[in-house]
Amino acid sequence: MARFVLRRLLQSGVVLLGVTLVVFLLLQLVPGDPVRVALGTRFDPQTYEALRARAGLDQPLVVQYFDYLRRALTGDLGVSFRSGRPVTEIVLERLPATLSLAVTAVLFAMLVAFPLGILSAIRSGSLIDHAARVFSQFGVSVPDFWMGIMGILLFAGVLGWLPPSGYVALTEDPGKWASHVALPAATVGLVTASILTRFIRSSMLEVLSEDYVRTAEAKGLRTRVVVLRHVLRNALIPVVTVVAVQLASLLGGVIVIEVLFAWPGIGRLTYDAVQARDYPVLQGAVLLVAALFLLVNLLVDILYARLDPRITVK
Amino acid sequence: MSEETEATRSGEETGGGGAGRRSDGQLRRALSALRHDPLALTGTAVLALLVVVGVAGPWLAPSGINEVNIDRMLEAPSWSHPFGTDELGRDVLSRVMVAARVSLQVGLVSVGIALVVGVTFGLFAGYYRGWLDNVLMRCMDVLFAFPVLLLAVAIVAVLGPGLLTAMIAIGVVYTPIFARVTRAGVLSVREQVFVRAAVSIGASDLRIIVRHVLPNIAAPLIVQTSLSLAFAILSEAALSFLGLGVQPPEPAWGRMLYDGRGFVTEAWWLGVFPGAAIFLTVLAFNLVGDALRDVLDPRQLTVSESRRSSG
Repeated sequence: MARFVLRRLLQSGVVLLGVTLVVFLLLQLVPGDPVRVALGTRFDPQTYEALRARAGLDQPLVVQYFDYLRRALTGDLGVSFRSGRPVTEIVLERLPATLSLAVTAVLFAMLVAFPLGILSAIRSGSLIDHAARVFSQFGVSVPDFWMGIMGILLFAGVLGWLPPSGYVALTEDPGKWASHVALPAATVGLVTASILTRFIRSSMLEVLSEDYVRTAEAKGLRTRVVVLRHVLRNALIPVVTVVAVQLASLLGGVIVIEVLFAWPGIGRLTYDAVQARDYPVLQGAVLLVAALFLLVNLLVDILYARLDPRITVK
Repeated sequence: MSEETEATRSGEETGGGGAGRRSDGQLRRALSALRHDPLALTGTAVLALLVVVGVAGPWLAPSGINEVNIDRMLEAPSWSHPFGTDELGRDVLSRVMVAARVSLQVGLVSVGIALVVGVTFGLFAGYYRGWLDNVLMRCMDVLFAFPVLLLAVAIVAVLGPGLLTAMIAIGVVYTPIFARVTRAGVLSVREQVFVRAAVSIGASDLRIIVRHVLPNIAAPLIVQTSLSLAFAILSEAALSFLGLGVQPPEPAWGRMLYDGRGFVTEAWWLGVFPGAAIFLTVLAFNLVGDALRDVLDPRQLTVSESRRSSG
């Protein structure tokens, strides 16, 4: 187990190094001079030189990279081309909004997907099974922002139950937060739920066809006991991975949904940085998200190995 | 079902010649399965319609896509404008039809890029193993570490928005999955008797890869291509929703939704029709992809078989 953890840590470290290289090179891909492009009409020689020097663009590429890496390790991701504020600060203050949306969406998805997935596997071929399959096909095919627009149309426009967009911090007013988070979270959650449902269903079906389930049935255990004690426990192990990976990808900020609902999270920040050509902020947001994504994946792998010892042997 | 599996297995063992025959059989099986699956048939029909509209859209469309008519702005669907008009009085139906081309084009080109680059990487990594495998696959791991849309947005942001950069960005984003699928296939095929036989009679690496390995990993690649087309079209829609795809005045489904989102409570048709077009297109690719997977991908086969036995 210790060796497995060590190996996965090492692997993640290497990938993270690669991620920093990609993020670093992003700035080099900008056609022309990124600082000049970013400043646009607000160009003045003094600001230009200061920003270039601050971003280290007057150094050779290799020096620039190691400098970037060294500063990133100490939590310094440079300063915004627009506001001059530290990127780390800007990105971190957007985290709570994204976090609250992602967690709510995943909870919603689990609430829908677990009963639906489990029932559709146990009653394979039944009406609920068909409904579950239609639902999961719908969810993986529908553009989430379109569903968001339809949600706004129905719940904000026709029914007038919910605000069409906007954000109130959870710490500020939990009631208002809930009414604002409902639509975006349900939109994202339904798509996540469809992926989860499909996965839970096939994982359950796989376990249901195992010999030990047949044995349990053969020795006369009631279906409920077989499902609860033998099937669920084994079928839900891989589901843990999927839930965590879904959560990790939502933490990256659901850019389109955050833009649609004016939700001030990481996704919205990324979008604004792109519009303003604020490359350091874009780099910072992408780096943080990718690092977070890697971290969650690492934790999931370790957790998974604990739940299913066969993994470390492989 | 068991007879077919048996046939596949014996095909695998008949050596190099059998390699080609096996994939022929798979293709035939896939096609006949598509013919007998009503969902897959529907998907195929939708795709056929889409190709017609994509190719002939500008000629089929009832009016010009940029015919601005302020007198008729935000008109509800009627006989003269079945999908209504937008905030500039343009015919929404015509714009939805012409935009089909953009989606198809981006989908095909970007998945084409991902397929060619990913399969090449995967073939080399899986066939030669060693340091090449390590370097290539670690690069793929790095790309995999970014959420899909975020990486695409970042790439488009630095290269500048537009049709071409959107294609490149989506292509790059979906390359690792093809590399992984290919590599996994190559790893199992290269241990087969017919590959060792080919090596022993002195066939060149290139010949072995192209003639013996590639045909035998075609099945998962076909499935992956179909499903990736669905994802790529969704990604294109998201990019153009963010204003990073095709630039106005040329219509794109995602962009139409973005432009219409402010009017959606007064003019529902601006929100409904372009989105429905994306949904139907993606659904069609997914239905065909799922049907193909049911026949072609053996791992999924065991699941669907167990589903049948327990159901």
